[in-house]
Amino acid sequence: MSTSTSQLPRRTFLAGVAGLGAVGALAACSSGSEAPSSSGGGSTPGQLQGTINGLFMKQAGYSEQHIRQMAAAFKKANPGVTVNMEFVAYEALHDKIVAAAAAGTYDLVFIDVIWPAELASKGLIADISDRIPANWSTDILPGALNSAVYQKKFYGIPWLLDTKYFYFNKAMLSKAGIEPSSVTTWDGVAAAAKTLKSKGIVKYPLMWSWSQAEAVICDWAALTASFGGKLFDDSGQPAFTSGGAVQALEFMRRTLVDGLTNPSSTQSLEDDVVKVVSAGDAAMGLNWTYMFAAANDPKQSKVAGDVVITEVPNGGAGRMSVNGSSALSITATTKNPDAAWAFAKFVSSQKIQEKYVSDSLPIWKASYDSPSVIKSAPEVVPVAKEQLANMVNRPQVVNYNAISQKLQVAVQKALLGEVDPKQAMTTAAGDVEQILKQ
Amino acid sequence: MSLEHSASQREAGGNATRQPASRRETGRRPVTRRHRRDAHAPWWQHLLALLVVIVFLAPFAWLAIASITPAGALLDRPLRWWPKTLDLSRWSAIATGGAATPAGGFRQAMINSTIVALGTVALSLTVAVLGGYALSRLRFRGHRMVLLGFLSTYMMPPIAIVIPLYLILVQFGLLDSKIGLILVYSSFITPFVLWTLTGFFDTLPRELDEAATVDGAGRLRILVQVLLPLCRPGIFSAVLFASLLCWDEFLYALIFTSSSSSKTIPVAVAEFSGKFSTDFGLVSAGGLLAALPPVIVALIFQRHIAAGLAAGAVKG
Amino acid sequence: MTVGSSAVSTTPPGRRHRRRNGRAALLFLAPAGLVVFGLVAWPIIRTGWLSFHRVISPLPTVPTESVGLRNFSTALTDPALISAAGRTLYFTLVSTAAELTFGIALGVLMAQRLRFRWLLRAAVLLPWALPTVVNAAMWRYMLNADYGPVNALLTQVGLIDGYRSWLGTPLSALHMIIIADVWKNTSIAAFFVLAGLTVIPRDLIEAAEVDGAGTIRRFFAITLPLLRPVIAVVLVLRTIEAFKVFDIVFVMTRGGPADGTQTVALYAYITAFSNQSFGYGSAVALLIVLVVLVLAMIYIRLLTSSSGPEDR
Repeated sequence: MSTSTSQLPRRTFLAGVAGLGAVGALAACSSGSEAPSSSGGGSTPGQLQGTINGLFMKQAGYSEQHIRQMAAAFKKANPGVTVNMEFVAYEALHDKIVAAAAAGTYDLVFIDVIWPAELASKGLIADISDRIPANWSTDILPGALNSAVYQKKFYGIPWLLDTKYFYFNKAMLSKAGIEPSSVTTWDGVAAAAKTLKSKGIVKYPLMWSWSQAEAVICDWAALTASFGGKLFDDSGQPAFTSGGAVQALEFMRRTLVDGLTNPSSTQSLEDDVVKVVSAGDAAMGLNWTYMFAAANDPKQSKVAGDVVITEVPNGGAGRMSVNGSSALSITATTKNPDAAWAFAKFVSSQKIQEKYVSDSLPIWKASYDSPSVIKSAPEVVPVAKEQLANMVNRPQVVNYNAISQKLQVAVQKALLGEVDPKQAMTTAAGDVEQILKQ
Repeated sequence: MSLEHSASQREAGGNATRQPASRRETGRRPVTRRHRRDAHAPWWQHLLALLVVIVFLAPFAWLAIASITPAGALLDRPLRWWPKTLDLSRWSAIATGGAATPAGGFRQAMINSTIVALGTVALSLTVAVLGGYALSRLRFRGHRMVLLGFLSTYMMPPIAIVIPLYLILVQFGLLDSKIGLILVYSSFITPFVLWTLTGFFDTLPRELDEAATVDGAGRLRILVQVLLPLCRPGIFSAVLFASLLCWDEFLYALIFTSSSSSKTIPVAVAEFSGKFSTDFGLVSAGGLLAALPPVIVALIFQRHIAAGLAAGAVKG
Repeated sequence: MTVGSSAVSTTPPGRRHRRRNGRAALLFLAPAGLVVFGLVAWPIIRTGWLSFHRVISPLPTVPTESVGLRNFSTALTDPALISAAGRTLYFTLVSTAAELTFGIALGVLMAQRLRFRWLLRAAVLLPWALPTVVNAAMWRYMLNADYGPVNALLTQVGLIDGYRSWLGTPLSALHMIIIADVWKNTSIAAFFVLAGLTVIPRDLIEAAEVDGAGTIRRFFAITLPLLRPVIAVVLVLRTIEAFKVFDIVFVMTRGGPADGTQTVALYAYITAFSNQSFGYGSAVALLIVLVVLVLAMIYIRLLTSSSGPEDR
């Protein structure tokens, strides 16, 4: 690691923080406009030059508006660097990275925790292990730090630390006379849902993201962990044909059969869960951190103030969830890796992350004890502190996408009652073993 | 003599603009007079037509209403069919939003689509006019094979060539650019335009060429000065179908474009409906806007649809 | 095989004349040939090459290996592909049949002497001009299980007793996509039929009218048989388009739920771009080409042999 690369970002980083105050005022106007003259705030212009094109996700995590504010702050500290940003839905993100790879369209791409193995092994993203500061391994929470690690090498800058939480509408629960403490286990959730339904408070108390997409795997993985199961064993072979994985699936299926889960769940994504809960048409659901802010925002939600965030209920093995972190990767084709690195490091810095804590929780351990962070998200931080320590990873394998697709179909077939859950998993295990051999 | 006969018959199928009208003038007038009582179709046919109009217009009507209904009201159960308060914010955002906003990005995609459509139509029309002339006027070995070769490329499923095409565009630095898209689109628009125009050239009597040749005009001059003005309906219909095909194309644009400076409207709509699934009204406004240009073009050029169809066009 | 038996055949020109024509034809056709074959023929050859290789990255830096016919043998025994093929076939048959039936009815209706006929024609024009992706996004919203207007309308008029998850189960989702496709593409079939009707000699129909044949009988005895060539063209064209279906599925369901709407073109796309199996994806795509080519042969035969209304 050369000194110049390690020092330069630090300086720009500090300069950026100094400029932050002005950013808030900037937020209102479109961020495509020029940053104010760099003379203010006493910032030293960075020596970095050029343009970087970034591909980001529009969905959970930091909002587009806030990411643009971060970019404006970065631009202020580094007037020589122009940052262009594209935002696409999660569902379009992976294929866009692949399709744009050979053209070298992007310098920096947002990647999900399940992609590093694939993208790194196929040469699409760059190994940046040399750039990673030593203190990161102690200062960053492991769930985030490992979000872009493949074969012990770093392929991305940890950025979003996320996991699925359990949300419930406290007004609906109290109307039905249900104690919040009873929805801390899945049995309790099922019982509460039955009560809510029988009292006519809501037709379908539960809403999930069980569409044929990665979302259904996330829900299932979280439930599997809380039921004490594993999707894959330590040697990377399928372990979902018995135990907690099948129990979780049977639980999911049962809520559909009993009319507790909204049948539209099998065509829904995370945004649909936010929408249905926000409209007061569901009482409970699993979702990422961003739902807390969205469902409690009076502008978007009819039940603002009623939606409570808690840990995933216990299925017998603890209140476990799934790691849904993501990172920013520098593409293998970039011509400006230094600027891309500086930008990624800037937006993942503790100061920036703490500023936008209401969108997404910081990756930095220290933030969780910082009074200002706790103050800005008093409901979320204590819950997150627990949940982030109790989450499982989906397998880090090269052909994850192909495996996930097989599992999505198998899980959906079981949910829709086309195949018995156990049978569906046995069939899927055969397919997955085939793919793993390739 | 036989030539003229075949030409005029072909025109009946090929040129719906003038021909059916004149046919109506000459052939039907006495009949209409005879059947004055039922000059109009029976009532049940009118009822059927009304039903069809409702089925086709209702979804558009709802999109229009949804686009001016507050987001919260769209989540009401039971759904109200007319909002209590109007919300014009989405339209004003689309009209005035900055380039970085979603609405502004949408505007940019409309501009991109327009440029790509115009470029594609211009390029494919130019090469197809030349090619169509050759196929219609010049006898040469393999004539039929060439015609069929062109036609079969038109049928080629995009998925079959998208991967290597992608690699080719990379090689020439045309990925994620409007020019790249124009070239790719021309590859499947040209065969269609060629086919249409060959059909139209065939309807023009060869005596025209011969007369011009006697006057000493070269082939290119005959084509431009004599033939082209006469097959204006064919060109209109080719332009109509070609521009709609461009506006509609999705798979190539999805894979070949990613930045907002080249992304076309179908890609924007597909992303849009994924990104803003939380506001149905915004999706509705975007959908309506994306549909506007092709609908207007289709309404203006609707007289030329039949001509295009007779020449073997299809869009779908 | 050699000579162009084109619609307009004149006296056979002399051999020397033809050779001179050949050179000019080459010149005139070169630009079109360059644009079309350069961007289709070469890629399809490349697709052929890819289909015999294992290509796992879009970047040329990642090595490829030759695998012979393995991609094809895998494809022909791939249960996911086989079921996608069956589904695509079902989609093709049902949507084409529906579009044709409604299209004929609508085309005939448009040809009637209706008051406000312009309104009917304009209304039929709209779905045709609507971009496929917009159509798909629109129907996805219309059919939304929780807030879609279709559920709202059907419950409010009492046709269903509660909101349905139209896109939530495989069979239902497939049929919803068919409905969305038929809603849009019936128009083009109707315009074809209308174009065909304008060249049916009116005397024939009026003669039957004088004979006292009813509307229905007149339609089946005279109109329909005369429309046969047009119908054949619509049938083959719609079949080809339906078999290639991608956009509408991609936007409405992405192949779900439980692969219930997965079609062959979507499968090829996912294989190539989501799973980065470019070689295998190419093999699947070539199999699609094979089917489309067979259909295209039929279509071209229809167009050039007995076809065109004018040659009757």
